[in-house]
Amino acid sequence: MENIVSKLSTEQYEKNFQELHPPLTYGSALAESSRCLYCYDSPCMKACPTHIDISEFIKKISTDNLLGSAKTILKSNWVALTCAKACPVAVLCEGACVLNEKGDKPIEIGRLQRYVIDNYFEQGMPALFDVKPSNGKSVAIIGSGPSGLACGAELALLGYNVTIFEQSDVPGGLNTWGIAPYKMRKQDALKEVELVKSFGVSVKTGTGIGKNITFNELYKNYDAVFLGIGLGESNALSVKGEELSGVISALDFIEQVKTEDWSSVPVGKKVAIIGAGNTSIDAATEAKRLGAEQVIVLYRRSSQDMSAYNFEFDLAKKDGIIFHFLTAPKNIIGKNSVEGIECIRMEPGQPDSKGKRSVLPVPGTEFTIPVDMVIKAIGQEAQNDFISSVPGVKFVNGKIEINVENYQTGNPKVFAGGDCINGGKEVVNAAYDGKMAAHGIDKFLCN
Amino acid sequence: MVDLSINCGGIKSPNPFWLASAPPTNSAYQICKAFELGWGGTVWKTLSEPIMNVASRLGGFDYSGQKLAGLNNIELTTDRTIEINLKEIYETKKLWPDRAIIVSLMVESKRETWHDIVKKAIDTGADGLELNYGCPHGMSERGMGAAVGQVPEYCKMITEWVTEVSTIPVLVKLTPNVTNIQMPARAAQAAKAQGVSLINTINSIVGIDLDTLRVVPNVSGKGGHGGFAGPAVKPIALHMVSQVATDPEFNLAISGIGGISTWKDALEFILLGATSVQVCTAVMHHGFRIVQDMIDGLTNWMQSKGFSNLDQVRGKSLTGLDSFGNLNLLYKAVARIDQSKCIHCNLCYIACEDGAHQCIDITPEDGHNKTVIREKDCVGCNLCAIVCPVPGCISMVRLDDGSEEKTWNNLIQDFKSEGRELSWENLAEFQKQHGIEIH
Ligand SMILES: Cc1cc2nc3c(=O)[nH]c(=O)nc-3n(C[C@H](O)[C@H](O)[C@H](O)COP(=O)(O)OP(=O)(O)OC[C@H]3O[C@@H](n4cnc5c(N)ncnc54)[C@H](O)[C@@H]3O)c2cc1C
Ligand SMILES: Cc1cc2nc3c(=O)[nH]c(=O)nc-3n(C[C@H](O)[C@H](O)[C@H](O)COP(=O)(O)O)c2cc1C
Ligand code: SF4
Ligand code: SF4
Repeated sequence: MENIVSKLSTEQYEKNFQELHPPLTYGSALAESSRCLYCYDSPCMKACPTHIDISEFIKKISTDNLLGSAKTILKSNWVALTCAKACPVAVLCEGACVLNEKGDKPIEIGRLQRYVIDNYFEQGMPALFDVKPSNGKSVAIIGSGPSGLACGAELALLGYNVTIFEQSDVPGGLNTWGIAPYKMRKQDALKEVELVKSFGVSVKTGTGIGKNITFNELYKNYDAVFLGIGLGESNALSVKGEELSGVISALDFIEQVKTEDWSSVPVGKKVAIIGAGNTSIDAATEAKRLGAEQVIVLYRRSSQDMSAYNFEFDLAKKDGIIFHFLTAPKNIIGKNSVEGIECIRMEPGQPDSKGKRSVLPVPGTEFTIPVDMVIKAIGQEAQNDFISSVPGVKFVNGKIEINVENYQTGNPKVFAGGDCINGGKEVVNAAYDGKMAAHGIDKFLCN
Repeated sequence: MVDLSINCGGIKSPNPFWLASAPPTNSAYQICKAFELGWGGTVWKTLSEPIMNVASRLGGFDYSGQKLAGLNNIELTTDRTIEINLKEIYETKKLWPDRAIIVSLMVESKRETWHDIVKKAIDTGADGLELNYGCPHGMSERGMGAAVGQVPEYCKMITEWVTEVSTIPVLVKLTPNVTNIQMPARAAQAAKAQGVSLINTINSIVGIDLDTLRVVPNVSGKGGHGGFAGPAVKPIALHMVSQVATDPEFNLAISGIGGISTWKDALEFILLGATSVQVCTAVMHHGFRIVQDMIDGLTNWMQSKGFSNLDQVRGKSLTGLDSFGNLNLLYKAVARIDQSKCIHCNLCYIACEDGAHQCIDITPEDGHNKTVIREKDCVGCNLCAIVCPVPGCISMVRLDDGSEEKTWNNLIQDFKSEGRELSWENLAEFQKQHGIEIH
């Protein structure tokens, strides 16, 4: 890549990546928790995909019962720190808070949860849960992302012998390698891995299934297998010039950022991001925070069709990111490195069956934007190769098909949850899937 | 034009807002500052025998994140000499002739000692005296304060020692730590005082430190009971003021005290018969400046209600005050929910379900719970309307047409004249007659 931005000072990087939502102080947590109405059968709890008893944990903050509060949270959600920091609360619990209807600010549920869980880790994770005596059965979990961790924690408490196999050298899945650093740092995700390990779960990193160990070997040696493998590579753009230096997938770029070794991440002065989902916004704001002078998001549809949340879009605008809607990339231009991107204007066509409008290129509207770097963020593929190696598993529309009652796949001994069954949602969905799958596995093995 | 001036047992002030005898009234410096901001009067910090205070004198009672719902103290009377206080009172009165300065007194129970201090206090030019029979700690152990206030005979005797020499009005400050507040009030009247001030602080232990297991406030490992004041005591103080005000044998002026923080609180005391009101905790919390809102809040309220002076307001609510036996048993009110205001917190449901009469149903509707009151089962207790966080969402609606009235006293009278005894069966018959269902 040419025209790489010069390095910033360490202080500047830290400032750029500082937390968007800083922790609450004791006094502010007390005041905020006292503001909660302590609703009965509360809408916030129903809106949380893991159904944390929110009014209960908040009540406990107000009585200085922080360990009790942590227990209330964790028993529903094993990656509660990540969720506290990275959940899209505005569309989940906080969006459902009754205070919105009253015209007041909703309770800051995310920050309160973080207050409790931060304290729990600061206290050195005092034991809150009983691990049942071993039942002699063993379960293999593939993937140490939130779904795998949740499944592992829950099974370990039920008395199973659990091993998590993780291909990466550092565990945690996208909690470690994906979530924007101004929301949470790698370290937070690793604390949650430690918590799960404290229940006796063993985590074997650097162990890819299908690479270091075959799936069959696991399948033979364990009573059940849980697939928490997430998604695969970023989708290709399939345009000319995609192989040029300076073209990178959003996931690869973000993974570099997540090393938190900011100065070693190459970023062009002018960056184009293709796609307008939440990952695109992350890539855009991260590029900007690393010092890119101009960051442009190109999206072939209009702003209403964008899958990014409004609050993410707002953040990007605040960061000075430029959005070109109804603009599709046609070619990436350059000799060895990216020099520009040729785009074409699109116009909305007829809505499809799901109401999403198709878009068609407007001939003769081609134009070129000079850029030094192109980040591809048009979604991730499923782990097609791996999934097809698992006997009996049904795979529909890029998602592993499961029985919603117990998370069992077409292979009775194989269960699955998280991004690999939903095509890519949020951490909190993966956390819920993992927990529920554990109970599915328990029923399966104990009947 | 609204006139806020008052005459409380002969003590005049431009408005009813006085500072209660307490730390805010320790010194001329503080009182001058308070007068500058608009306070109508002050009761100087109690002049007394030689005393010494301890460090750590106050304990706060916080509720649900709210600071100082109540304040407990083990402070004694002034710890500065009588001479310094008298000199400052004299100087302050000179500077502020239109404000009421009342000197609070508490000395040992000897006639000559009282005569001596009363004369000295009058010499300062003060407008009145307040006899502190209220302090519940420290002084009472030495036979002063509440030790006097709790025994009407002492109260009368000592007040007489004061009134026989005093040329200025005398208020007697009453302790709430008694079973019947009317007794010491009557004693004050019998001793020819011009008014009573109530309440002083309530015996209390404000809390325990759950780490050290010691009571709060803690004086190097020890603590004891203190006097409780602040917002939490207001309902108790209001009740006591009303008891004195409604006592047919009592006809002196009342200075209302206890938990007053705003003009609304003050007004409630006035509506129950107080002429002046005194404030301590609220000033200790937020400073003298609070009087400005008190003055214009009260003025605006008077204007909006068409009152021009406080004589028109004083005691207005006493007429609606009666004993339980005179309340109408046939008054039928039920709760109604304005569904357009409901935010679906379900607090009314759980309160009624667990804490009252199980007459609210919840049914899922549009992704939330719809709360509906079963009117025929509602006893009209008010609980749901009290817990509902949305103003005006639950209202209590009257269902009877007001044409019939039957009080408990009437009912018992009826039973007597019909030669029937008070039994559950006879009550049930009365209820049946009037469509009252108990379940
Ligand atoms: C850039 C980005 C930002 C995001 N930001 C947020 C956010 O702010 N908030 C939010 O709620 N969600 C966010 N998400 C979504 C969220 O991270 C995912 O929904 C969630 O992590 C899914 O969890 P999972 O357990 O299914 O999979 P993952 O977290 O993807 O974990 C899968 C794990 O399995 C391992 N694995 C895969 N195959 C194998 C194999 N064959 N052998 C061994 N190990 C294997 C992988 O290495 C990985 O560690 C973001 C996603 C991305 C991509
Ligand atoms: C720290 C403190 C010291 C007090 N000292 C006296 C006193 O010396 N003499 C007295 O008559 N009352 C004293 N009081 C009682 C107050 O005058 C007043 O009656 C009581 O606090 C109730 O009013 P409030 O609720 O506005 O505080 C004291 C109260 C406090 C909090
Ligand atoms: S909905 Fe809001 S107010 Fe009600 S319990 Fe949840 S956070 Fe508290
Ligand atoms: S308490 Fe009020 S707001 Fe809450 S559910 Fe009941 S009626 Fe609705």
